[in-house]
Amino acid sequence: MKTVLKKHPLAIRWFHWINFPILGIMIWSGLLIYWAYSKYTLSVGNRQLFHFFSPGFYKALKVPHRLAEGMSFHFAFMWLFFGNGLLYVTYTIFSGEWRYLLPNRKSFKEGWQVLLHDLHIHKYVPPQDKYNAAQRIAYTAIIVMGFGSIITGLAIYKPVEFGWCTWLCGGYESARLIHFMLTIGYCLFFVVHIVQVIITGWNNFQSIVTGIEIFKPITPEPQPQMQIETQPEEVQPSPIEPLPNEEA
Amino acid sequence: MKKHSYFERTKTVSDSSFRRRMIFPFVIFVVLLAGGFFAWKWLNDQPQDHMILKPLRKTLEANEKVFKGTLGKNKESKTYTVADAVKNVKVNGLIGIQDTIDASKWRLQVIRGAGDTLKISLDELKQLPKKDIIFDFKCIEGWSQVTHWAGVSMRDFMEHYHLQGFEQMQYAGLQTPNKKYYVGIDMKSFLEPQTILCYEMNDAPLPMKQGYPLRLIIPVKYGIKHLKCIGTMFFSNSKPPDYWAEQGYDYYAGF
Repeated sequence: MKTVLKKHPLAIRWFHWINFPILGIMIWSGLLIYWAYSKYTLSVGNRQLFHFFSPGFYKALKVPHRLAEGMSFHFAFMWLFFGNGLLYVTYTIFSGEWRYLLPNRKSFKEGWQVLLHDLHIHKYVPPQDKYNAAQRIAYTAIIVMGFGSIITGLAIYKPVEFGWCTWLCGGYESARLIHFMLTIGYCLFFVVHIVQVIITGWNNFQSIVTGIEIFKPITPEPQPQMQIETQPEEVQPSPIEPLPNEEA
Repeated sequence: MKKHSYFERTKTVSDSSFRRRMIFPFVIFVVLLAGGFFAWKWLNDQPQDHMILKPLRKTLEANEKVFKGTLGKNKESKTYTVADAVKNVKVNGLIGIQDTIDASKWRLQVIRGAGDTLKISLDELKQLPKKDIIFDFKCIEGWSQVTHWAGVSMRDFMEHYHLQGFEQMQYAGLQTPNKKYYVGIDMKSFLEPQTILCYEMNDAPLPMKQGYPLRLIIPVKYGIKHLKCIGTMFFSNSKPPDYWAEQGYDYYAGF
C-alpha cells in the first residue's frame, strides 16, 4: 500500500505540456521576426554590454531572412497560445486551484525567505504548501506576463483596430520593446524552472506527467530563531473536498 | 470561504494500482509527444502557397476576416503634428523605382475597362484639394517613423473622376510604370479616409527615391503596400498580384 498525494489535476498537466511546445514555437517564430529589425541592446550609459543578438547566434539558429515565414507561424500559433492560456486561467478559477497559485499576504516576505534558502544563504525552510511563496509569485507572474504578451502583441499586430492597446503600451515602439522583454522573461523563467525541477528531483518532476506524488508528511524541523514568527497555521481538520476525477 | 488543504489531497492505493498510475500516464505522455512531433512534421510537409505553408496562408486569410473592421468602420491611424515628423525619412525599398522620370510625360493610368484608360497628369491631380497626413509609418520589418505626407484623398479622387462604380469591387491594384513592383489592396482599406495619392513629403515634392511623382500612402497598412511611383491603377474582384505576398507575406498586411 502506498499513500499518494494528488498534486496536479489532469487539466493542469495538459495545459502545461501543450503550452511548452507552443510557447517554444512562438519564441522561435518571434525571433525570426525580430531579426528583421534587431536593434535592442543592454547598455550602461554609452557602453553597450550586450546586443540582442550576435550574427553568430542568428547563424547558429538559422534565423536570417525568414521574416515572412516567422510571421506566418507567429500569427497562426498565437491562437493556440492564447486559447490554451485562456483555458488554463478559466480552469484555475473554477476548480479552485487558484488558491495554491495566487500570492497572498505572506507570500512576498516568504518568497524572499525561499530565495535565501534556495541560494543556501539561510537554513530556514519557509512553509511549503502545494507551492511555496516564490513559486506562487513566479507562476502568477508568468500568467500576468502571458496577458502582457497578448496586449503588447495586439498593440503591434493591429495598432489601428486595437489602438487602445498601443496607447496602453505607451506607443508602437514601446509595445514592441515590452513584447520583446516579456519574451526574454519567458526564457529566464524557463532556465530557472528547469534548474529547480532538476534540483527538486524525480518525484516532483514525474507528478506533472502522472499527477501524483508519493506522500511524504512534512515534519517541521526545529528552527529556533524564526519558528514562532513564521510557523504555518495549524491546519484545522476539515472535510476533504471531493476532487475532480483526474483520470481520463 | 471553504478551506482547501492541499496536504489532505491524499489517497492510499495498492502497489499494483500505484504502478498502473505511474506507468499509464507516461505511456499517454509518450504517445502525445509522438503525436506532437508528427503534427509538426505534417505541417512542415504541406505544400507552399506563395512561399509559405498552405495551412499558414489559410490562417493569415482567416485572421484578416477576424480583424478587418472588427471594431467598426472608418478606422484611422493616430495622427501627429508637423513638429513630430522626422526630417530624414528612411528609404527602404527601391524595387520598381527608376533613376529619372519625366513628370511632364508621366500620367496616372486608371484602367476602367478594356481599351478604356483614364490618363491623369500630376498638375491635374494637384487641382484637387490637398490633404496632409502625419502618421507613424510602419515597416513590416519592425521599425516605424512619424512622417509627413500630402496629396489627394483617395475618396475625393474616386469621386472627382467618377470611379465610384468601382468601389463595389473587392480590390484595387497598383503597379509601377515598369511593372516591377505591384500591390493589391482590399477596397475597404483603399477607401479609408486617410488613404492618399501622395505627391509631397515634408511640404516638398516627393524625392525620386520616395516614389516621385506620385505614391500611395495608406496608413492602415504596412509600408510594403505604400507603392512608390504609381503607373497604373485598376480594380478587380480577384486579388491583384502583390509583390510581397508572392514572397510569403500576408496579402492583407493591414492594421
